[in-house]
Order: sequence, then structure tokens, then C-alpha cells
Amino acid sequence: MSEKYMIIDGIRTAFTDEKNILQVIRKAGIHVPTFCYYTDMSIYGACRMCVVEDERGSVIASCSTPPKHKMVIRTNTSKLHQHRKMILELLLASHCRDCTVCEKNGNCRLQMLAARFHLTKVRFPNTHPEPVIDDSSLSIVRDPSKCILCGDCVRMCNEVQHVGAIDFAHRGANMIVSPAFGRPIAETDCVNCGQCAAVCPTAAITIKKDLKGVWQALYAPNKRVVVQIAPAVRVAIGEEFGIAPGKNTIGKIYTALRMLGFDTVFDTSFSADLTVIEEANELLYKLENGEKKYPLGNSMPLFTSCCPAWVRFVETKYPELLPYVSTCKSPMEMFGAVLKEYYKPADEEAGLETVSVAVMPCVAKKYEAAREEFKRNEVPDVDYVITTKELILMIKELGVQFQEIEPSAPDMPFSINSGAGVIFGVTGGVMEAALRHVADKNNEALREIEYSGVRGLEGTKIAEIELGGNTLRVGIVNGLGNADALIKKLQRGEEKLDFVEVMACPYGCIGGAGQPFGYRSVKQDRAQGMYKADKSAIVKRSCENPTLINLYENGMLKDRAHELLHVHYGK
Amino acid sequence: MHGLKGEGNVNSQEIARLDDILQKHDYNATLLIAIMQDIQKVYHYLPEEALCYIARKLKISEAKIYGVATFYENFSLEPKGRYVIKICDGTACHVRKSVPILEEFRNTLGLSKEKTTTDDMLFTVETVSCLGACGLAPVCTVNDHVHPSMTPEKAKALIQELKEEAANEN
Repeated sequence: MSEKYMIIDGIRTAFTDEKNILQVIRKAGIHVPTFCYYTDMSIYGACRMCVVEDERGSVIASCSTPPKHKMVIRTNTSKLHQHRKMILELLLASHCRDCTVCEKNGNCRLQMLAARFHLTKVRFPNTHPEPVIDDSSLSIVRDPSKCILCGDCVRMCNEVQHVGAIDFAHRGANMIVSPAFGRPIAETDCVNCGQCAAVCPTAAITIKKDLKGVWQALYAPNKRVVVQIAPAVRVAIGEEFGIAPGKNTIGKIYTALRMLGFDTVFDTSFSADLTVIEEANELLYKLENGEKKYPLGNSMPLFTSCCPAWVRFVETKYPELLPYVSTCKSPMEMFGAVLKEYYKPADEEAGLETVSVAVMPCVAKKYEAAREEFKRNEVPDVDYVITTKELILMIKELGVQFQEIEPSAPDMPFSINSGAGVIFGVTGGVMEAALRHVADKNNEALREIEYSGVRGLEGTKIAEIELGGNTLRVGIVNGLGNADALIKKLQRGEEKLDFVEVMACPYGCIGGAGQPFGYRSVKQDRAQGMYKADKSAIVKRSCENPTLINLYENGMLKDRAHELLHVHYGK
Repeated sequence: MHGLKGEGNVNSQEIARLDDILQKHDYNATLLIAIMQDIQKVYHYLPEEALCYIARKLKISEAKIYGVATFYENFSLEPKGRYVIKICDGTACHVRKSVPILEEFRNTLGLSKEKTTTDDMLFTVETVSCLGACGLAPVCTVNDHVHPSMTPEKAKALIQELKEEAANEN
């Protein structure tokens, strides 16, 4: 059979297995506007912005119409132009128009499309209701008065994450997106992943900003402000400054943070190395003693614990699996504990107070930092968590030309990290790092792990690795819906695994809700950037990190590794 | 940790009642609306605790159940009185003067469009768009019992009658 094609705006465009006309149109290089269309979620067809006109003059939604051979459509006609403008006008008729003081200013899809269609007047009176803001969560802020009912957040929360904290409620003109019984979002099973905010086109759900406290600490004379930067931040932050996604800008980030006034800058990859060692040891212990020491024996695998949204998911949906979640703190919290301990003597001498800041791709980290388990004497180990987006705001506010500044190095004494610590930011990375630790210590083994199937952005991956004569069967999932499905499989006995890595956000931390907005291709570039950074790292295995060896053998971790690096949730 | 707010308020007797309803529908989540109708039949409304309980049993999110409960006009999340009076305000009843009847009910019971249930939880007054008994217009129902050809005077007498009935029962 010859090639199938469509005629789009007079241009012949071939198609194969595209599910809808929209994908074919995008292939033809035309970006039809949408509010509710994402390739990773089900098709909803709510916004009607993607409409096209067929030969007979019928207006159809391109997102929910499958392509047909020899189909002729137009994407830009007088009728469509009026139609789209009308939708925007109607949306704006009940929408707040104070763009200059909106959280989403500059990143709002409604604002962008209003500009793109050159909307200079709305013919209808403004019926925007008084906002009732829900800021009960530590991670997100809800303002339903700015909701356009595209349903992106609802589908993200239900389909992709299987959390179901929010859904549509009421009907017709009264319809809103709401948690059950109109409760505050913090009183639901919300896991704080923030993916709803990541896909929200307007400011109806935004990430919570914690910049005020950070600026205050930076301006205060008696504070030592230390900062750690998570692996995934370095491959995404540049996107807001005209740098290609995936380009490793960690050196520039150090420089920018110093210009902002941070006293010492560190890379969370260092403490990721700590996590690798602790978690790998826990795995080896469980493989040997699991049958006796764990409630369900080795029928359930050991799960990673770096992701706070995942931990909360287990707490709310599968509390019986909590003993199987690694007791290792996340790299951020490990570093938090180490830094506060490290500066304690010097602070006491100099009369300073250490304020610990973490720059994360993640909004659940804000919630993690505030958890009781991570406070010692009422003081959190990490005082402020700011996201990549917030750091971008700080850099822009200061006027730093990020794309032009020279890179610099992190501070001593935690300045060295392995490549294993860097790849923590992408799905499969924690697993690969841990396997490097437990596998044979030669380069052949490294390559074997790399090609075993741990890499790639698929939602669920299963891999097998030879380990000292035994075969280790591991699972890697990103997106909590995939984790949910895998757990159900494990519970039914259809799958048996030794070790499972879970990252709540699709594609891992590189796709975190604190990162700049990006479609799938951007996330692919970010993932490649992470592996490239690993490739250029001199030290590949966490256990070969010299600073770390020193810390374990002579430093603070000599006797206190368990106290500082492990946590027992729900106690 | 599980978000079953107010689980303590659901006693074992009520749990048994809910389990019966769920069992009748094979714990089938696609029969949610029928299950909710049965619950409303028992309580005259949908108690939050009951919805949270069935959410867990049916493995659907509380938010989804809340969405269904608020979508349909017939479901109520507010407790209703012992006597639910529905006054038809469809076209036929409306032209045959249903509004003065509605006003009579409201005035007698001290109710309004916003406040639909009396404080003693005896009466709830609401309007419906059509009861499908246009030949009997203007019509109202009390707990699904039809009262045809209503007048404001009949309304007043009906309230009195129901009050006495309630007093005798107690």
C-alpha cells in the first residue's frame, strides 16, 4: 500500500500511526494552539482551540479526530480565526486580568494565546469571581478563580499519578476542580508532586514560592547561607536563558549563586553518593536477611526512598509496604544533616547561624524539608527548598546574565562527586548508581549495567544483572501510576523483584514540577545531558569518591552514619 | 494516615448497612450512582462519612465520588428533614399558581431559597422542575407521596397534619 497522506493547508503531509490530526499538523510544522492536549495524557477535547476546518466547511477538533487518507483540512480560515478568538474572549470574560501581579505572569498559556491572537478587547463584562485561595499545601497553591477547566490537572492526578486528590465537582457554570468535599488540598491524599501545577496552563495551580525567607537570610549579616543544588537543575535552568535543554550549566549555577550572596555552594550529587552507599548496603542486607527480618519476607522488593512524593504515596495508599521503603534519607536530607553538623563548631565560635538552602527540581521537597522526621531539636536540617523556577526568578531579579557568566567550582570540603551521583536526576539513575556499587568493580561491569535496560524514559523498566553468580532482578518506574501498577503486579505474584526505583514525576526528577515547563522532547534532552555529565566525570562509582571515604573513615560519619543518614517514617 | 475523615463517626451498625448496599451491587464501581441512590434512600442525604467509606471499598477516589454527588441535582450532601416536600414548578404547575403554594410552605416553616431545612430537622422544602403529573397541577410530593391540586390553604393544613403525625409518632 502506498504512503498515506493528508492535505494540510494545501501541503501534502504523510502520516503513519499518528492517533489524531493534531499530531499530523504538528508534524507539518504548524503549532495549532491547545490548552488541554498532552501526548502523555488521555484526550479530553475540552478547550476547542485546536479546531480545523474540513473540505465541507465543518469545524472539527483536531486532537480528537483520527487522520484519514487523502483528508483535506485547513488550520487557518476566517471561521477558525473567529472561533478561537471567541473562545479566548469567553475564557477571559470570567478570568482575572491582572496579569502584572499574577504568579504565572510570562508563563501563562492564556496570556500567551491572547497575545498570539492579538486580543485587545473583550466584548463581555468581566465576571471574575473573588478568589478563594487554598494555600494549605507546602508545595502548591490553588486559586480556582483562575481555572479554565481544561482538566489537565485532573487527568494528571488521576491517570498519570493515580493519586486522585482532585476532580471536577458541581455542574455547568458552577463546575470547579476541587478536592473531595471542598477540603483544603493538604487534608487529602495529595502527595505534593506538583505535577498538576506543572501542566496547569494558568495560575489556577501554581508552585508555592519560598523566596522571601531566602532573600532575608542572604541579606542578614549573622547568617551563613549554604546551598546545595540537585542534579536535575543543571540541565534545565539554562532553558530560561536561551541555553539548549540538556546543557550542563552547573558551573554557571555556582557562580550565579555566589553572586546572589550564598556563602558556600555544594552539589547534591555529593550526598547522592552517600545515598548510593547506604542504600546498596541495605539492599545487600535485605537480600541476605530479608526472609527473616521483613514482615512479608523477600516477596516484596526494597524500594528507593529519595522521592518524597513516592514516600507519601506509600504512606497513604500502601502503608503495609512502608517497611520495604529504604530507610535512607533522600540525598537532600542527608546533605542537610551533614552540613548542619559540619558547620556547628565553626558557627558556635563565630556566632553565626547556618541557614541551609536546597535548589531542587521538585516541589515535594518543600514538604519533605518540613517533615518532623527531618527536624532535630525543632530545627529542620534543610531550612528552605527553592525550585529551579524560583532560582531563575532570583537570577533574573538580580540581573545576572546567566548565559554569559563564567563557570566556577563548588566549595570545599564536599567538592567531589561521582558520575553516579549526577545521574540520580533521571529515571533509572538511582538504580544504575546503586548497581555500580554492588557489581564487580571493573569497567566491563559498568558497561554491562549501562546496556542492561536501566536507561531510557519508558514508564516501567525491568532489568536483570549478574551479581556474584546470582541474578538481581530490578524494576524502575517513573510516574506514580506506573508504580501503582507495578505494586499490584507484585502483590498478585505476577512479578518478583529485588530492588525497585520509584520517581514520582514522569521521566524522573528532570521532569519535576519545579523545573521550567517542557514537553517530552525537552525532557529527553535533559536526560541525555545527565548521562553526558556522568560520562565526563572522573569518578564513576560513589564508593570511589575520596571525600566520602574520608568522611566514613575519619570524619563525622565514622560512628554516626545511621543517625545522620537514615530515617524511620511514621514514628 | 488514610484520608477517611471522621471514620470514627461511622458506627458498626451503619457500616453493616453500607456493606449491605455495596454487596447488593457486587462492589462494582461502575454502579456508583445506584449505590449512592440507595444510600440516599436510607439517610435522605449522602453523609460525608458514608461516601468516604464507599470510596475506599470501591477503590475510587473521594474526589471522584464528590464530583458525582455534586453533579446530580438529586443528590444532596446536606442532611434533609423527615418530611421532604417537593413543590413542582414545571410549566403546567407554574401557570396554575405553584409559586404562592411554595411561598406558603416557606413562610409557614420559616424557610427560604437558601435555607431549605427547618432547624428541628422535620421539614425540607425544595422545588422540582416537573413531577410528570401535569394533569394534577399544581402538585407537590411529601416523601414521594403525591398531593394533587394544591392551594396555599391546603399547604397550611398539610403542614399541620404532618406536625401532628410527627408528634404522635414520637
